[in-house]
Amino acid sequence: MIKAKVYVTLKKAVLDPQGKTIKQALEHLGFKGIEDIRLGKYMEIAFNGKSEAQAESDIKEMCEKLLANTVIEDYRFEIEKGE
Amino acid sequence: MNDIKVTKELIEAHGLTEEEYERIIKILGRELSYTELGIFTVMWSEHCSYKSSKVHLKRFSTESPWVIQGPGENAGVVDIGDGLAAVFKMESHNHPSFIEPYQGAATGVGGILRDIFTMGARPVASLNSLRFGLLEKARHKYLFNGVVSGIAGYGNCIGVPTVGGEIYFNDTYNGNILVNVFNIGIAKKDRIFKGKASGIGNPVIYVGSKTGRDGIHGASLLASHEFDEKSEEMRPTVQVGDPFTEKLLLEACLELMDKDLIVGIQDMGAAGLTSSTSEMAGRAGTGIEIELSLVPTREAGMTPYELMLSESQERMLIVAKKGKEKEVEDIFKKWDLEAVVIGKVTKDGILRVKDRGAIVAEIPAKALSEEGPAYNRPMKRPDYQDEIQRLDLSKILLPGDYNDVLLRILGSPTIASKEWVYEQYDHMVRTNTVILPGSDAGVIRVKGTDKALAITVNCNSRYCFLDTFLGGALTVAEAARNIVCSGGKPLAITDCLNFGNPEKPEVMWQFSEAIDGIREACSKLKTPVVSGNVSFYNETTDKGIYPTPIIGMTGIIDDVKKTMTQWFKREGDMIVLLGKNEEDLGGSEYLYIIHGLEKGSPPSLDLNREVMIQQVCLQAIKQGLINSAHDCSEGGLAVALTECCISGKESIGAEIDIEGEGIRTDALLFGESASRILVSVKENNLEDLRRMAEAKDVPISVIGKVWGDRLKIQLTVHGSRFTAIDLKIRDLEDQWRGSIRRYVGDV
Amino acid sequence: MFGIVIFPGSNCDHDCYHVLKHVFHQDVEFVWHKEENIDKRFRVIILPGGFSYGDYLRTGAIARFSPVMKAVERFAKDGGIVLGICNGFQILLEAGLLPGVMIRNKNIKFICKDIYVRVEKTDTPFTKECKTGQTLRLPIAHAEGNYYADPDTLKSLEKNKQIVFRYTTKDGEITEEANPNGAKDNIAGICNREGNIIGMMPHPERCSEAILGNEDGRFIFKSLIKTIIF
Repeated sequence: MIKAKVYVTLKKAVLDPQGKTIKQALEHLGFKGIEDIRLGKYMEIAFNGKSEAQAESDIKEMCEKLLANTVIEDYRFEIEKGE
Repeated sequence: MNDIKVTKELIEAHGLTEEEYERIIKILGRELSYTELGIFTVMWSEHCSYKSSKVHLKRFSTESPWVIQGPGENAGVVDIGDGLAAVFKMESHNHPSFIEPYQGAATGVGGILRDIFTMGARPVASLNSLRFGLLEKARHKYLFNGVVSGIAGYGNCIGVPTVGGEIYFNDTYNGNILVNVFNIGIAKKDRIFKGKASGIGNPVIYVGSKTGRDGIHGASLLASHEFDEKSEEMRPTVQVGDPFTEKLLLEACLELMDKDLIVGIQDMGAAGLTSSTSEMAGRAGTGIEIELSLVPTREAGMTPYELMLSESQERMLIVAKKGKEKEVEDIFKKWDLEAVVIGKVTKDGILRVKDRGAIVAEIPAKALSEEGPAYNRPMKRPDYQDEIQRLDLSKILLPGDYNDVLLRILGSPTIASKEWVYEQYDHMVRTNTVILPGSDAGVIRVKGTDKALAITVNCNSRYCFLDTFLGGALTVAEAARNIVCSGGKPLAITDCLNFGNPEKPEVMWQFSEAIDGIREACSKLKTPVVSGNVSFYNETTDKGIYPTPIIGMTGIIDDVKKTMTQWFKREGDMIVLLGKNEEDLGGSEYLYIIHGLEKGSPPSLDLNREVMIQQVCLQAIKQGLINSAHDCSEGGLAVALTECCISGKESIGAEIDIEGEGIRTDALLFGESASRILVSVKENNLEDLRRMAEAKDVPISVIGKVWGDRLKIQLTVHGSRFTAIDLKIRDLEDQWRGSIRRYVGDV
Repeated sequence: MFGIVIFPGSNCDHDCYHVLKHVFHQDVEFVWHKEENIDKRFRVIILPGGFSYGDYLRTGAIARFSPVMKAVERFAKDGGIVLGICNGFQILLEAGLLPGVMIRNKNIKFICKDIYVRVEKTDTPFTKECKTGQTLRLPIAHAEGNYYADPDTLKSLEKNKQIVFRYTTKDGEITEEANPNGAKDNIAGICNREGNIIGMMPHPERCSEAILGNEDGRFIFKSLIKTIIF
């Protein structure tokens, strides 16, 4: 079985209001030296009966079409081979 | 001024014409820098300069005794008595919403809210007017869902209720959806703030979020050009809204305005720092000098060009009184926000921008804000106009089963209940919502007084396509009818004029016709235009949208207890039609849904009769004669009657008997004749109502009574009486309430 | 004296103030979230609805670290009455002053509409004016009102009679359709064991005036007022 881990985050130049607010909250709690926080989405997708190459091209298409809005988001993914 | 060299290619890439460029050279008396090129480009863009529309907008009547502030400020202001004023405006966020529906719609809400609270008003209610392609298409389901979520996400979080609106679905919006948002706020009449940089030497203060590279050339360029394949490249210009920061900004600004600390304030909306500085100086006849290295930034290494053009959200520019800087800073600090003095007001009328001491732009402020180009673009009546108005009724077959026709119309998303949408909006926060969404207008009480405000947004773009002048007038008339049916007296309008490419003579003709139609209706109905917005270039690959001039209207209800709703209340009440049925099938929803036709002339409009009908309805409400009032519009009498039966909390049936007077059956049931209001009245009040109507020459007829659990409509056509419609109320309600849920697959 | 806490992002603070001050003519003051002490004058503290800190990260997760929350905890320990409405309920859960958590509504969407709740417990400062089994029509407005707790916690809530409101039909029947958000056991409001801290998702402040078409919220405020007068 092939498993993919997909990460979707806001593009670097795009404001991340949640990241900003969480950073401020942590600083209020006394945590120091935080340069930046970016919040994102993490997804695990399990495939059956697919080759690694197929899975890779599928995930890319899924990200482009649905999982990320590339207007404001970047994505990356890792593929793992399970048992 | 040693930055990137301004070449011919660069000027062209910025979309400036040769004449515009030459005019700039003449104003400056020298070549311009790269930063200045950016500044001129955004300020002289269609979006900021209104260069194609200015000459036409001048024809609007903008004055009346109750208008405190007409167009030209962040929003319009009308006097509502008790020392209070209503501040309202509508704006479009069409292009960003098409690219990123959630964030595009969300930042649209954020923008209009800032326009209201910069004037010193607390925003109390929002409406929105949305247009999509047909929901059968997956793309439009996605856009519809995204836009609704975005409006909800921003409005709910900041705590301003969304109390109503309208949504139409039509193929004309396949490539260009419309997202127009309306907001209204309440201010003390003598505490209205303006975007003016007065007082030489006063500090210029930047407040709110930090500046990033977002939206550079966003509103100004996106809204000033057609879409094509290249739109993909423009993508990073869409921004993410931060309603939490805006909530803090709202509270901080209102706290600031409660004290005597500032002389002017403006939202940094489209063209950000550039438009706020030059417009504030331009209005006051002063200059502004700012130092860019003081501007709070989110990203390192931003150039002067980027800083001046960034459209980062949730920022404001304030001109404070000299010596009050510390107090201003303290208020913002309390709300965890930054406030930084970045410059001062000068007397030379120049917008002077420095970067670490070196001048990077030096331009007369008025040249940017007021002396931009104005075009009287060529106009031409479209060749297809005669053809689309031609409608041969003899070729349109009468349907066999009117029950089926009614159910199909009720199920079409344009007509169906928008409950699925407004349940996602917090429409009750602030506890002012007297009439919940789903009646003719939204009604908001004004705390501390006996009054309420009635607000509505409207436009039938099919009418406007078929006859733009008439369509514009009908739109205003319907808006006023909606206000009146809620018990309000119409006061004034704001508009959001959505059109195609103004460089096309046909589009410009439509624009001009719409202005004239709106103007005529506004002058008869005594509702001046107090604010507005123009959105051109709603075109994709050369295909423009139907002309869609959306009207937002505000009315006043003197006694909040005399507020009216559209649904029937009591079994036994008589159902009365004010107005007259004519054979009006042109441009109707019926023709579109049942026969697939968008043709003919829209219903004719007699504005004198319209005024009289509205007066009778309002008087009847004020005297407590009637129990419900509903405007009869899209879908005609049959749909209006159905809505009266099923749109309230408790559904109720009706028995109707109508004399056809030679009108075709389908036109009688589904025709959309203007100036008609359905009211329900207690039998013993009927004579009073009749006298009231006859005194004003308003046609009045009793057409049935509220009764039972069915809607039964009997007609007499050419002497023979028959039952055209007989349906269970529950079936009508299931069809109407459930339709959108079924379309979006949320059942 | 009633106190209404303002967190950054609270948006029902003014609504609660309006109802207490102008409808019930009570003494009421705002309490800023940075306050470290709650004055002895206060008998009831309300944590109002809204989107504290934008509801970014998790609802209530950041607000619960506001300085005022330590003071609220002490206030409650000393017997003070605490009412958390909507976001205020979420903050009480994050702060551990009430058990359980809120997760996303079962349909994922924000829901604003009137629902019915059944009053399960009337021996509280918040419900003493109600009858057991009475149903109230109240508006909800939230995206995260889907109450979740593990089976042991649910059992102990039941055993200790801490469930104050349940979503039901108009006639008081517990059904799946009457549950707007998927909450476990149709739970709409709970209290602590001592009964002086309550969290509820519906908004009583939105339905306490005739002009708004619904006055069922008055039961809650009348109960509170009776409690502090006697």
